Amino acid sequence: MRYPSRSRLSTHDPNLKENMSEKNDTESKDTQWPLWEVFTQPRDGKPHEHAGSLHAPDAEMALENARDVYARRKEAVNIWVVPSDQIVASKGEDAGPFFDPADDKPYRHPQFYSVPRASKRRS
Amino acid sequence: MDEESKKEKFQERIDNGETIEPKDWMPERYRKQLIRMMSQHAHSEVVGMLPEGNWITRAPSLRRKMILLSKVQDEAGHGLYLYSATETLGASRQEVIDQLLEGKAKYSSIFNYPTLSWADVAVIGWLVDGAAIINQTMLARSSYGPYSRAMVRICKEESFHKKQGYEMVATMADGTPEQQEMIQDAVDRWWWPTLMMFGPHDDDSPNSAELIKWGVKSKTNDELRQSFVDRHVSEAHEVGLEIPDEDLEYNEETGHWEFGEIDWDEFWNVVKGNGPMNKERMKSRREAHENGKWVREAAEEYARKKRLAKEKAS
Repeated sequence: MRYPSRSRLSTHDPNLKENMSEKNDTESKDTQWPLWEVFTQPRDGKPHEHAGSLHAPDAEMALENARDVYARRKEAVNIWVVPSDQIVASKGEDAGPFFDPADDKPYRHPQFYSVPRASKRRS
Repeated sequence: MDEESKKEKFQERIDNGETIEPKDWMPERYRKQLIRMMSQHAHSEVVGMLPEGNWITRAPSLRRKMILLSKVQDEAGHGLYLYSATETLGASRQEVIDQLLEGKAKYSSIFNYPTLSWADVAVIGWLVDGAAIINQTMLARSSYGPYSRAMVRICKEESFHKKQGYEMVATMADGTPEQQEMIQDAVDRWWWPTLMMFGPHDDDSPNSAELIKWGVKSKTNDELRQSFVDRHVSEAHEVGLEIPDEDLEYNEETGHWEFGEIDWDEFWNVVKGNGPMNKERMKSRREAHENGKWVREAAEEYARKKRLAKEKAS
């Protein structure tokens, strides 16, 4: 009750919560604290990658929990935790129209170009 | 697009081997079946801590104690990966956990058997985690992205669980006559319940066909059970242990071990809540949740005080 249940980045459908709930409580019983997404950097110089999520009362405890849950075997040299409701993501079903500006630009790739053989060998 | 053509397109994606992500359209039943399956899986990891946790204080050496502590901590972690993955389907964490605490949710029946001696810890690692690996290796290829990714993570850790168990089994099987007797006794008690972990025969498994069609599972219960038997019979023989099944016989033609019929009355009895430890496990789980209350309150209070101090400073 202290923490209203947060809608997660994945539950974009406003009706979903209702569908899922078997009890038709109007009041949320969720006392599981805010949800955080965890990103781990496996090695120095590598990019961070999504590992999963967890609940924690604040950022500091979210980091510590993330270490205990997602890095018990040195899976990370660095961790980011981000409040889940702060993440904005593109929709999978819109992937086509969303990314199609890139579809007709083959000249952005080196395969588009033909160059004399000699200069190829030199490189 | 209407519901039917959405469903067709969804099935096409599955048949093409595409991965379904949380925000993608999915049939309501796919979502519900996954919530059911994944939350049961999460509960199994959490309840699974109890039979082995029972032996932590009585481990025979510091080495074994550290290993067991680490394994039980992993099981808690596996529960958390899976609860987190289940939430991506829109099921609230609180609701899913309440279902377990209120005794409305199922978990793997194997954890409703008692751990009577230290040898049980060895055999659980070898057989129960061995069975879990076979099931979870398949689920690592599941069509639902968050489930499959959680499984990949879990499988990596399970191989340590199985190996530490088999190491102990081998050590005891090579030990004093009393140790040999203990380990054989544990195998005799755990073999059949482990075979039951794979669930009813394919003909009696109403969910299987649908889960296979949706690419959640790629093998049937009986197929998984067979690969478990093939692998573990040879591991048992390797260390000189007997499998408690008179009908066990190697079929040269198929290359598989044929085995006797499972006592399905016992299986359904335990599933329905009448196993030797069902009540005890739920009682312990509720107590653990209740006893953790002060930790949750302290964490919350700590966060509140820090927030206040920060507000004051600014």
